[in-house]
Amino acid sequence: MLHKIVDIFTSLKLTIVCLAAGMALIFAGTLAQVHVGIHEAQQRYFQSMFVWWPPEGRGFHIPIFPGGHLIGGVLLINLIAAHLKRFRWSWRKLGIHLTHAGLIIMLAGGLFTDLFAVESHMRLANGDAKNFSEDMRDTELAVIDTSGDDLDQVTAIPDTVLRHNRVIDHWSLPFRIAVRNFYENSRLKMLSQAGEGAQPIANQGPGAMIAVEPAVRATATDERDVPSAAVEILPKDGGSLGTWLVSDALGAPQTFACGGRTWMISLRPARYYKPYSVTLQKFTHEKYAGTEIPKNFSSKVTLIDPERSVNRDVLIYMNHPLRYRGETFYQAGFQPDDSATILQVVHNPSFIAPYVACVIVAAGLLVQFGFHLVGFSRHRRRAIA
Amino acid sequence: MKRFLPWIILAVAAASIAANWLPRKVTSEDFDLGRLGQIPVLVGGRVKPLDTVARNSLLIIHGKQELRLEGGKRLSAMHWLTDVLFNAPVADQYPVFVVQNADVLGLFGWEQSDRKYFSFAEFMPFLKQIDEQATQSDKLEAVQRSAYQSAILNLRNGLSLYQRLKNSIQPEDAQNFAAELHRFEGTVPGAAKAARERSMGENFDKARLDDVAAMIQRYERLSEMAYVLAVPPFGQDDQWHSVGDSLLRSVGTGQIHPIVGDYAIVGDAYRVDDRMLFNQNVQFVGDSFAKTQPKATKRASFEFLFNRLQPFSQSMALYVLAFLLACASWLGWSGVLRRSAFYILLLALAIHTFGLVSRMYLQERPPVTNLYSSAIFIGWGAVIVALILERIFKDGIGAACAGAIGFVTLIIAHHLAGSGDTLEMLQAVLDTNIWLATHVVAITTGYSAMFLAGMLAIIYVVRGVFTRSLKKQTADSLTRMTYGVVCFATLFSFVGTVLGGIWADQSWGRFWGWDPKENGAVLIVLWCAIILHARWGGFIRQRGLMVMALFGNIVTSFSWFGVNMLGVGLHSYGFMQKAFPWLVGFMISQLALMTVAALPLEKWRSFAPARVRSPGEQPQISPAPSAG
Repeated sequence: MLHKIVDIFTSLKLTIVCLAAGMALIFAGTLAQVHVGIHEAQQRYFQSMFVWWPPEGRGFHIPIFPGGHLIGGVLLINLIAAHLKRFRWSWRKLGIHLTHAGLIIMLAGGLFTDLFAVESHMRLANGDAKNFSEDMRDTELAVIDTSGDDLDQVTAIPDTVLRHNRVIDHWSLPFRIAVRNFYENSRLKMLSQAGEGAQPIANQGPGAMIAVEPAVRATATDERDVPSAAVEILPKDGGSLGTWLVSDALGAPQTFACGGRTWMISLRPARYYKPYSVTLQKFTHEKYAGTEIPKNFSSKVTLIDPERSVNRDVLIYMNHPLRYRGETFYQAGFQPDDSATILQVVHNPSFIAPYVACVIVAAGLLVQFGFHLVGFSRHRRRAIA
Repeated sequence: MKRFLPWIILAVAAASIAANWLPRKVTSEDFDLGRLGQIPVLVGGRVKPLDTVARNSLLIIHGKQELRLEGGKRLSAMHWLTDVLFNAPVADQYPVFVVQNADVLGLFGWEQSDRKYFSFAEFMPFLKQIDEQATQSDKLEAVQRSAYQSAILNLRNGLSLYQRLKNSIQPEDAQNFAAELHRFEGTVPGAAKAARERSMGENFDKARLDDVAAMIQRYERLSEMAYVLAVPPFGQDDQWHSVGDSLLRSVGTGQIHPIVGDYAIVGDAYRVDDRMLFNQNVQFVGDSFAKTQPKATKRASFEFLFNRLQPFSQSMALYVLAFLLACASWLGWSGVLRRSAFYILLLALAIHTFGLVSRMYLQERPPVTNLYSSAIFIGWGAVIVALILERIFKDGIGAACAGAIGFVTLIIAHHLAGSGDTLEMLQAVLDTNIWLATHVVAITTGYSAMFLAGMLAIIYVVRGVFTRSLKKQTADSLTRMTYGVVCFATLFSFVGTVLGGIWADQSWGRFWGWDPKENGAVLIVLWCAIILHARWGGFIRQRGLMVMALFGNIVTSFSWFGVNMLGVGLHSYGFMQKAFPWLVGFMISQLALMTVAALPLEKWRSFAPARVRSPGEQPQISPAPSAG
């Protein structure tokens, strides 16, 4: 029995099956991007154990194809197992060993990146300073206690919790928060412009004059969902303070008083705080003369890190990111009127893996095919002689 | 005689190309449009000769680089542009705009007939209507537009390009532009004085101010319309300007840029048909560019030469010839024909290489910067590898592959050039020669090798199934070639794909983003890996390898073209509706060949025992390769 399992996991057939399944998956996942967008397709097809059908919204779903993690995982096991079983050192096999060792590093690195890499954005107008970056998709409900002298106390509730429309009870807050309506994507309209029969979902703050319309989730790479929700504040000593509309589309946080303290509440992109700050000095957007074709984007920023007594100017431009304390800042975009820069902030502990793997695999392939070539030309020389 | 035949064929081919390349003599009775065509201007962010502007504009508007008038008279692109720039009323009558869509014609109350070219004058009454309709369809994504909407938008863009061209060097209604400029130069200082007086509240000369105000308005319009920036930078910090822009700036300096004045004389001379004056002043403009902008002038002259030589069309013809010679060599006279094919291919490759290197020089970039150049490079790489195979195996197969792939890729490139300048400036993120030279070159070399392996498989299947010419020895060498080329493809596709990942990691912090083009590249790598493992595991032999190499054609064409048509991701270069049926057709043809290859071996003519035998001939039974 064990023998059989070992045989299966070390067989070349399994390798080929996995590779073929990988091709089918990538093909299907690529086509799916047209309809559901890169991010959604990536989650459904590549960063999953199974591809499910029907995808969402029905009472049941069944797995119809192995997902990226499953195929990649089996391939990794297959690769390692086959080499453990058959490994015999010989110079002739050097190329094969190198190639596969490199692939193992690459696959493992890919898995590691999938699990641990964090990508976020930092949007800075000229002169802005920030010590946090924002997630591109995830949202949080920030409840801020502003009564402290120097520091605000922030309680952040992730959208994964909000989504279930539950009552949230947290020890740090003197009230509970009942999430009434949560929209993953929405459009806000003034009641006067929203047409007949439109009702506000809140009764406090500006939200009492705003109608919320649900919208289809964004699929294009450059679009972002606008999540909105109605939240009712229920003091823990009983009663209700009313319902507020919170939305990514509303700019400033809204204020209310409870338990003798002043609170601010807002729905905003999830934040990642950093022990240092970045200030935008100047964003430059060069175009080729007489055209709209962008020639270069660059952001001149000041990096200030009191902990490490760093205070210096840095120029971030295309293909030249800033790497600092395990994070990398890239010039990713800009506000259409050039008034603000958008930096992509990436934390990826295994970014070095593909570099190493690439060198090893390329060397392995060269050695392997080199052997073939030498063997082939010897064979021919003999055939001609 | 037979020994010299290859050399004779080569000499004839070379002579016919040389004949194409001989420059036409310009007499003093002609307008020296060749000289004018070499003068550098700035369009699309790149300094290029007027000749390139002429060719690309005519290609965009007319679909061809040459204009054929009623009565069969031909007009070169440069002749057409000279009329557009300097003699608009004449140019307005040329039938250049292509309209085939019946709905668009119906908009003007015209019936569809065999006429498909129309002149600007014919559209004149409908300009507003066209613009309204086009603005509406411009709001849609390219994929969503109906045939009518695409056609009207195309027409509007063509008309607007044409109108901008007309106002590039002088206002389209200019009569005696040199005199007009002279008057302008004369009135500017007086007007400046009048303006000063007015702002001080003194008595001022109102007529003078009004006169110059009207002219300024005229040149503002000119500056807004201009398509070509024809006035070179004056000093170190200056930039290129359009004529209109330059005239507006001269209000401040009180001096008109000398080039503007020279161009004005050229235009006036052209309109009054004074060839000597025209040629003198074109010469004068050219000389002053050579003095003030030596680098730009040199490059523009070279590009002019490159345009005239048309290296890719020349080598395209040679590739066809070589392919035919190589195929013929399998029927008889094999040694002579094969050698002829090989020599012709060397000539074709030399011209192809010249074209490729010239483009690199003109753009100051590695060879592949857009889809057009990828086609040229894929052909070039595949031809070189195929020629190496031919040199080793000496059986005409490498030569046939080289001819076929060289021709097909250049035809594809030819059709990709329709959108104008193929040496366009690169988007900021692509502005890095290191990655263009490594990642892009490695990936496209991988494509070359995959297509070459596929071509070898096509030869195997076609010769094996439909002819008796696939002997065991040929079949074995084909197999070895295909296997070797797949190994080569694996190496380059893998390295190219990973380098792409590293570039992505360097520029936006994501090694792998599941972008369609990345997925396409990894599909090739996976397919190569499957082929190699299936062979090492003994799951496939000769025929299996060939069938898989055929499927490799499908995977590679999807990766090269198919993913771009999805219109998502960072590598999408716009939806290419026109190429879609061709891509699908190619894929179906490959599937058909795979089906043919799956026929039982006794149905393959090369492997079946001969049925009809002429008396005395030995029965030919080649041993069938083991089924894969």
